[in-house]
Amino acid sequence: MEKSLYRFILKHSLKQQVIIVLLSLASFIPYYYYLSMPKAIVNQGIEGKDISFPVDLFSLGWVSLDHTEYLLVLCFAFLALVVVQQGFKYAINVFQGIAGERMLRRLRYLLYAQILRFPLPTFRRTSQGEIIPMVVAEVEPVGGFIGESFALPIFQGGMLLVIFTFLLIQNPLMALAAVSLYPIQFYFVPKMQAKVRALGRERIKNQRRISDRIGESISGITEVHAHDASNRMLAEFSRRLGFSYWIRVEIFQRKFMIKFLNNFIQQLGPFFFYTIGGYLVIRGSMDVGTIVAAVNAHKEMAAPWKELLNHYQTREDVKQKYDQVISQFEPEGMRAPNDQHEEPENPPSLAGPIAVSGLALSDDQGHPVLEGVNVTIPWPARVAVVGGEGRDEFLQLMARTLAPTRGKITINSHNLANLPETVTGRRLGYVSSSAYIFNTTLGDNLLFGLRHRPLVPRKLKPEELRRYERERREALASGNTDFDPDADWTDYAAAGVKNQDELRAVAIDALRAAAFDEDVYQIGMRGTIDPERHPEVAARVLEARRAFRSRLSDGALADLVESWDPARYNSNATVAENLMFGTARNGIYHEDNLARDSHVLSVLDQVGLRRRFLEIGHEVATTMVELFADLPPDHEFFQQFSFISSEDLPEYKDILVRARPDTLEQLSEPDRYRLMSLPFKLVLARHRLGHFNEEERQAILRAREIFARTLPPSRRDAIAFFDPETFTVSSSIVDNILFGRVAYGQAQAQEKIGRVIGDVVEQLGLREPIIEVGMQFEVGIAGARLNAAQRQKLAIARALVKNPDWLLLSEATASLDPRSHDMVVKAIVGARGESGLIWSLQRASDCQGFDMVLVMEHGRIVQFGPFADLQNQPGRFREMLAPTG
Amino acid sequence: MSLNEEVELLRRVPLFAKIDPSKLKLLAFTSQRLTYKPGDVLFRQGDPGDAAFVIIGGEAEVMVDTPSGPLTVAHLKQNDFVGEIAILCDVPRTATVTASSEVTTLRIEKDLFFRLINDFPQIAVEIMRVLAQRLERTTADLRALSARTKGSA
Repeated sequence: MEKSLYRFILKHSLKQQVIIVLLSLASFIPYYYYLSMPKAIVNQGIEGKDISFPVDLFSLGWVSLDHTEYLLVLCFAFLALVVVQQGFKYAINVFQGIAGERMLRRLRYLLYAQILRFPLPTFRRTSQGEIIPMVVAEVEPVGGFIGESFALPIFQGGMLLVIFTFLLIQNPLMALAAVSLYPIQFYFVPKMQAKVRALGRERIKNQRRISDRIGESISGITEVHAHDASNRMLAEFSRRLGFSYWIRVEIFQRKFMIKFLNNFIQQLGPFFFYTIGGYLVIRGSMDVGTIVAAVNAHKEMAAPWKELLNHYQTREDVKQKYDQVISQFEPEGMRAPNDQHEEPENPPSLAGPIAVSGLALSDDQGHPVLEGVNVTIPWPARVAVVGGEGRDEFLQLMARTLAPTRGKITINSHNLANLPETVTGRRLGYVSSSAYIFNTTLGDNLLFGLRHRPLVPRKLKPEELRRYERERREALASGNTDFDPDADWTDYAAAGVKNQDELRAVAIDALRAAAFDEDVYQIGMRGTIDPERHPEVAARVLEARRAFRSRLSDGALADLVESWDPARYNSNATVAENLMFGTARNGIYHEDNLARDSHVLSVLDQVGLRRRFLEIGHEVATTMVELFADLPPDHEFFQQFSFISSEDLPEYKDILVRARPDTLEQLSEPDRYRLMSLPFKLVLARHRLGHFNEEERQAILRAREIFARTLPPSRRDAIAFFDPETFTVSSSIVDNILFGRVAYGQAQAQEKIGRVIGDVVEQLGLREPIIEVGMQFEVGIAGARLNAAQRQKLAIARALVKNPDWLLLSEATASLDPRSHDMVVKAIVGARGESGLIWSLQRASDCQGFDMVLVMEHGRIVQFGPFADLQNQPGRFREMLAPTG
Repeated sequence: MSLNEEVELLRRVPLFAKIDPSKLKLLAFTSQRLTYKPGDVLFRQGDPGDAAFVIIGGEAEVMVDTPSGPLTVAHLKQNDFVGEIAILCDVPRTATVTASSEVTTLRIEKDLFFRLINDFPQIAVEIMRVLAQRLERTTADLRALSARTKGSA
């Protein structure tokens, strides 16, 4: 990046700056005429001095004007000049804005690109809280300044010059008097300003620490709670805020003192005019008009002069800010830009032996982490790394995410230090023990390692294309990349496949090898699809529904599920579900809103159940109050069993005091609504409160039919009806296959049903489509919606999918339970038979299936050889294998 | 079966005989009534224990894994109580219980179980009685067994 701000501006926006300057200069011509026009109007147009009518305009003999006409022409000319001058101003402002914004975009882009190239150890010293405000907030004024960096001084200076020239022509003495104090201002104010700027820098630094502090509190919030540290955190935060406050106060004092001095000096001008000029008038050597003109001109000059001074101050400020940010963004040991951005012409293969010689690594305090590491690993090989410290660093060096302090690594006779990231990041696959998962879908995370640059452009409609082209040109104008994030970036060839369908199979294989396929399948089961976009999957789900049903009809399983049947009441579903015979797709038919919905109420009226719902609501409330009244409010039963939350319980108690069973209608509307909303939540088989006899259930079935028939057309999208022959939109896949409710009180019903559904899904080949649905799952910030083991398995699958020459796993399975751990080790060791695998493991016994074992101790390799050899040799490895205790 | 009928049923279980009906109603409402088919397993030896069971109907077998195969140690019938050891002592299940006919149980979660014991000392006494009986029987079995092994030696 350019070391000085002005070099940066000139290098990237010279053309715009020239245009802005030229525009500014061109605007002086109308401005000069605009200034002189009032005099012409007064003298010639109104008073008719030095002119004889009719006037021959421009002496061409085209038109002749009498006095009034001439005045009008002059006035309109004045108006036209105003328009032209403001037009110039508009154009200059817009142009400046664009130039500034482009440069700001470029600057931010460059800074972000720098961050992506920082050597990893930098991030141990620099916190997010410090870097983020620099890129986001602190460079903002730089952008504003760049647009006017040249134009403003030229424009305002020119303006000053125009006014000054104008004055000079009018009265040279007064013109000189008006500017006589400027040099003093120009000398003193910047000196005072320097101190304010220094304070401003302090303030910025302090603000960075404040944001850093907030970030840290959020990351460590569990610890704050666990150790009752909130008071201490608050006190520290308050001290930081205090710093900011006192700095600000000092800035205010100085800043307003400068303002005071500025204004004072400004007013010294008129003071001199009145005293000296007045004295000269009394003496008779000057007329009053000249003094008035001088005072006015001085006032005119005040604005551009102030602008110039301000500009000078911001310039110093922004220059400093720029220098400060740039120096922060150029740490030692940064990778070259081409390492990441240039596509290699003949990408070398790294499928070959690894030779490590004299490798050493020191931490940032200079302590050795690795020392004198020499080893040659043949190809293909599966190597287990066990032992003590230095294992992860060793793997990171081979993955090229760390650079060695000394020594050399070659893979397939390519020196790793000379290989760009475009090669190492594709041919090597490194997974750390705490791999990061991005906040997008599971599938996008899985294919993260296959997306290096856009390969297939997206298809655009003509109007979209125009827009896209415009955006692309703008991105290039700001020196940004023009890669389209919405294009298809997936490198199918790298994964060894031709198209998306084949990739799917590879992806599922990778999930299986990482023991993650079952998780994704379960996630997919709970997910849903849009049957219009995936009609084929929807059709197969319906097929699974039928198959599941026929499996259920045989004896032992029959009681487990109560299916949705349009002609039968489902006693394992809520009354609301039975009435609507569908699921609410938005809030309109949400369980809580039914009791005050006019459509639902009219349906209840038609089957004569409205009064009954009120009675049942009253009975349910009575039972709930009786059961739960003397439980503490935070008891978990409220959550698990009660229809009424602990907060609402007192309110229901009050209602029950007011209500008499025979005069329920007389209750107020809100009371009735509260009572009536309870029966909708009843699940008869589960709650067994003895409500809704056979006759009333029949009435609900009639209501079901009326409800569907009278559904207002505007509410078609509010509900998805159950239909045996269609996919229920907005229900999960498992609910769609189940198409009913799990019967209450049947032991192990979930497990048994799960097994049957699993069988059906397997038979119909539906497992893969469901895994694909699972891949649409949004994993949340840092994968928070997955558990730690799932995140880790996803990270392993992500490295497997890209089919690297060498797969480098650094205790990547540490957070897995022992069973999954063994499964993953077995699967991956099996899958990497013909290629490279280096795996840092904790237990020596895990090394059995590997070709070679490498034992590290204190940053050195102490043993290296086949498992069988090391097992039989006395040494560190045999000690590790021996059972402890 | 409605909740009130279930409460009636629970009252007939000696363990709950002296409990206030309104509490019994809460117990019935918050406990899961589960039906097991013949051959279904209520819980398996070695599983973590999270609930106790009251047999409301049907019969079940209690079996212990021994080196020489599973050994039936008890039969459970209506009103019997099972599974309390694992939740009282916080140990894995000490035996496997299998339904021998269609069995209906009331499954009482650990938390609710402790709450009941706290609120109703009668239940605690009743459970002690059941446990003491079992101990007595086990001791008798052991005595008989040791007499037999001595006799054959």
